[in-house]
Amino acid sequence: MTDQTLLTIDDIDVVYDVDPPVHAVRGVSLRLERGEILGLAGESGCGKTTLAYAIQRLLRPPAVISAGGVIFHDRDGDDIDITALGTDALRRFRWDKVSMVFQGAMNALNPVKNIGSQLEDVFLTHRPEMSRAERRAQCAELLEIVQVGRDRLRSYPHELSGGMRQRVMIAMALALKPQLMIMDEPTTALDVLIQREILQQISELRSRFGFSVIFITHDLPLLLEISDRIAIMKAGEIVELDTPANIYRGARHEYTRTLLSSFPSLTGDRGGFLRTGEAR
Amino acid sequence: MTTLEFSHVSRVYRVRGAGALRALADVSFTLESGRTIALVGQSGSGKSTIAKILTQLEAPSSGEILLDGHPIPHRGRALRRYRQTVRMVFQDPFASLNPYHTVRHHLERPLRLDHVVPRREIDAEVTRLLDRVRLDPVLADRNPHELSGGQRQRVAIARALASRPKLLIADEPVSMLDVSIRLGVLNLLAELQRESNLGVLYITHDLATARHFSDEIMVLNRGVVVERGPADRVILEPEHEYTRRLRDASPNPDLLFGATRAEEAGR
Repeated sequence: MTDQTLLTIDDIDVVYDVDPPVHAVRGVSLRLERGEILGLAGESGCGKTTLAYAIQRLLRPPAVISAGGVIFHDRDGDDIDITALGTDALRRFRWDKVSMVFQGAMNALNPVKNIGSQLEDVFLTHRPEMSRAERRAQCAELLEIVQVGRDRLRSYPHELSGGMRQRVMIAMALALKPQLMIMDEPTTALDVLIQREILQQISELRSRFGFSVIFITHDLPLLLEISDRIAIMKAGEIVELDTPANIYRGARHEYTRTLLSSFPSLTGDRGGFLRTGEAR
Repeated sequence: MTTLEFSHVSRVYRVRGAGALRALADVSFTLESGRTIALVGQSGSGKSTIAKILTQLEAPSSGEILLDGHPIPHRGRALRRYRQTVRMVFQDPFASLNPYHTVRHHLERPLRLDHVVPRREIDAEVTRLLDRVRLDPVLADRNPHELSGGQRQRVAIARALASRPKLLIADEPVSMLDVSIRLGVLNLLAELQRESNLGVLYITHDLATARHFSDEIMVLNRGVVVERGPADRVILEPEHEYTRRLRDASPNPDLLFGATRAEEAGR
């Protein structure tokens, strides 16, 4: 382990304890560096969201971490064993050290509360010592940072577009200046232009605040562009972990190659694609 | 040869407190047997409004839709005939199949309603349809929840083909499917298109599949067609600034890593 390591996942297993038990994550080991964007790619049911939940102990029964551990290397030097945290310690840990932008999060905003008060909730819970004025100022600044603008504090979710709501969710995840942000399909429901703007924003925020990102998606071409490293997950296991260039040029695992070839090239050759109307 | 002409169609929605929202403005195109047109654009660009008007779920505010030169009927047998000719494949195979009915039921209904084959041949026709979409005929007696997403979408395609349509409207037919099976379903659509000489309108936000799947691409922005042309030309040498923005925003690792995968493989 180096000083630069933020998170060490050691041979973790997650089992859904039903009959018969479902082994959703199998022996995953991973070291995440400070400031790194790690792409986690795989198809539905491969265990990528379960793994993300396990890192934060967000799993609910019947899912249990049946083996292995997760150590968080705090920036002040402490090593936190996440699997051993008690209820209160866990509550303090979450969102403060690791935050998450959930899949479809933009639709998770409370429709009858304005944006400002939903952002304020984060500070009310985690920074009870803060004054009301401080909270307000922080929320306004957060909305400025994600370029929604402070004048939207009093807007309700339905008054914002999908892209704006997703930025609000990013602001919320950013609120306590976490060291790791986990993003589960944060741009999947958005169209390409908005997606591009949000990706640029995530990249700028990462440079500015230095947090690490675990970016979960099935969109491998997107990960190839934004990640420092990519982990390919299949049936609960990480089958390949490498830099985008190596994955693109010389994927070793057959499944990685299958995933790569599933996306036709935008400007390159057709690959395995049939065009309609064309004589064979 | 079947042609469907979408002629100077506009659609305006009245929005309370906000006046009028122009969803489509003077859109014209012709869909014909044997050709595939891709319709691309951002969310809210009007793609689905076009699909709704084509399937007669919505009426245009102005303009007309002509099937082989005749206005499309609004009711009765003539409307049924129109719907037999122009069929739709929806985005979500989890929502478009009735969970209470078997695959067989979904395929038999159009066969019976449109009198496609004599009654005694219906069973054989169901088997043939499943065969066409590369599904094992034993799946006929399963319910949708017993099938994977890809299998369900194949059933939805078989259902669309049951009435032997001439034109197919496919609204994001693979975007809900797992990535590794998307190509298979699109290739299946391409093969069926050739076999039956179908005219296809492929509605998508994915420029890469639009380029490789279609003959022609139409780019829609805020209800206006800003560019159209041969698929490769529109993507590789876009003329309109909006098309260029869409293309440049789409993930394209080939650009980043300098060479195409095919070239790499050749080394």
